[in-house]
Amino acid sequence: MSTPTGRPELQHELRITDTTLRDGSHAMAHRFTEQQVRETVRALDRAGVEVIEVTHGDGLGGSSLNYGFSRTDEMTLIAAAREEARRAKIAVLLVPGIGTVEHLKRARDAGADMVRVATHCTEADVSPQHFAAARDLGMETAGFLMMAHRTSPENLARQARIMVDAGCQCPYVTDSAGALLMHEARARFEALTAEVGDDAWVGYHGHQNVSLGVANSVLAYEAGVRYIDGSLCALGAGAGNSPTEVLAAVFDRLGVDTGLDVLGLLDAAENVVHPYLQRWPKMDRNAIVQGWAGVYSSFLLHAETAAERYKVPTHDVLRRCGELGLVGGQEDMIIDVAIQLAAAG
Amino acid sequence: MTSPSTRVTAAIVGPGNIGTDLLAKLKRSENLDVAYVVGVVESDGLARAQDQGITASAEGVDWLLRQDPLPQLVFEATSAKAHSANAPRYAETGIQAIDLTPAHLGPMVCPPVNLHDHITAPNVSMITCGGQATIPMVHAVSRITPVPYAEIVASVASRSAGPGTRANIDEFTQTTAGAVEEVGGAERGKAIIILNPVEPPMIMRDTVFCMISPDADRDAITASVHEMIDDVQQYVPGYTLRADPQFDDPREGWNGQARIAMFLEVRGNGDYLPPYAGNLDIMTAAAAQVGELMAAAIAAGVAA
Repeated sequence: MSTPTGRPELQHELRITDTTLRDGSHAMAHRFTEQQVRETVRALDRAGVEVIEVTHGDGLGGSSLNYGFSRTDEMTLIAAAREEARRAKIAVLLVPGIGTVEHLKRARDAGADMVRVATHCTEADVSPQHFAAARDLGMETAGFLMMAHRTSPENLARQARIMVDAGCQCPYVTDSAGALLMHEARARFEALTAEVGDDAWVGYHGHQNVSLGVANSVLAYEAGVRYIDGSLCALGAGAGNSPTEVLAAVFDRLGVDTGLDVLGLLDAAENVVHPYLQRWPKMDRNAIVQGWAGVYSSFLLHAETAAERYKVPTHDVLRRCGELGLVGGQEDMIIDVAIQLAAAG
Repeated sequence: MTSPSTRVTAAIVGPGNIGTDLLAKLKRSENLDVAYVVGVVESDGLARAQDQGITASAEGVDWLLRQDPLPQLVFEATSAKAHSANAPRYAETGIQAIDLTPAHLGPMVCPPVNLHDHITAPNVSMITCGGQATIPMVHAVSRITPVPYAEIVASVASRSAGPGTRANIDEFTQTTAGAVEEVGGAERGKAIIILNPVEPPMIMRDTVFCMISPDADRDAITASVHEMIDDVQQYVPGYTLRADPQFDDPREGWNGQARIAMFLEVRGNGDYLPPYAGNLDIMTAAAAQVGELMAAAIAAGVAA
């Protein structure tokens, strides 16, 4: 396989990546079984989803005390996904500082075709090591600029350029906190598409914390974004991701070719994912506070656990996390926040 | 007090931010006399050293090894590549090297944990900033009860993470995880690092999780942790626990093990680097402490 350079050719007007089996891992407390992964991949693949992401919620190597241990080793799940997918590419997430090139090589051996390297929106310069490794391994690439609400559109575009120059084929506006209002999202889409030009595609990863994931996806397409993420039943952190089945229906109504089978995805959501949901991500008080206060969506379950342990309200813990400016990966600080709130009475 | 004439002669190779902060700390030393500061190009760091009356040169290690007297100890704050080239030359000349780079040629040391085993080693590695901050805590637990698994999370201010760290962040996680096992005493180690750009910059934070038996002696562990905090405070006064160690009973996915969590703040001394950069301060402070104790051992050896 040749080393991918530049942006890959699109098969459709829009490329939908489904992250039920990665972002959804947060909502499942990382307890996915191999059977659930096989059935979900089979259904997504049949419905025409081009890219299916399968990893611990916090990326390769995320299985830990800090983020929660995987019930099933992610390499087993990646290999199972690769076996089931006939057409779809299997992607993995890698967060430098948590996962390493060693993890990436193992994921490649297990059958991963693509890697999405994720950094905080101002820290893209920790990613070139991993993009270089991905190119050496012949993998397709994308880059997540997480918590994209935390920096200006101009700076986000500069960070996207760092990733593209390192070999990233698609930097993403990653709204990890589900915090971007529509004008804020649009400004970031426009800044990134202008910056990368024909060198790469631009992507958007949304959360439903204040219900704007799907609406922002439509704006994204209008601004030239061509990779968009979703999850079946919105299964993802916080109030979940833009539901893949809703994205399929909306883009179908807009006449945008995604290659997706709407009825097939509705069936997959209803009959494959819904039965194994432990919780259906929803816009409850805690999730709304995350979008409102700009808190990393994956903090939700950890904040609930710490709040129960230290007898303080979850939404207070989350709000404090927002005030402190915590970023993705600092789940340990949630416990510290709960201890401090409890001590303050 | 040792008289200045019997102090051990030392050199700092690499006059950047780390070398300059280290110099500020070593100026307070009773056992060490920094006679030389060495770089490979003229720099602010060399000028600062000269202003303090120290012989400074931009002619590198070639120059250093021509000096009389030769240093007995050298602190290397350059790069892994430079240290790998310099280390054999120090060794040939009988100079003990304290390595602050990621070269990791000698045994990894953390002063209150294992320095006594390596006090005469020709070359010691200072591990990583996260390692210096967390390994004392892992050891404080593992000296009381077996630790089948330890995990550390280091959060540092973006501004305190230099280009070298950023270009090879895997080196941090892999080296630190290895040292949590080898030096800290955990059977299996894992390390995570997070860069946070919040303004004003956050002070370095570290969380140490250890798996322990549900019936381990929690009072003894807590006492051991507090004792170790005191030991580290001898050279990093701003090394504090945010709360008492937290014990959690076994949960799903923990293989029947309980968990202890320790939440640390590492506030730097503000010698040259800003106080929020506790990650850099704990490296220079630990290296200074190693130098101090090695110098004392050299002096004792000479006296004997």
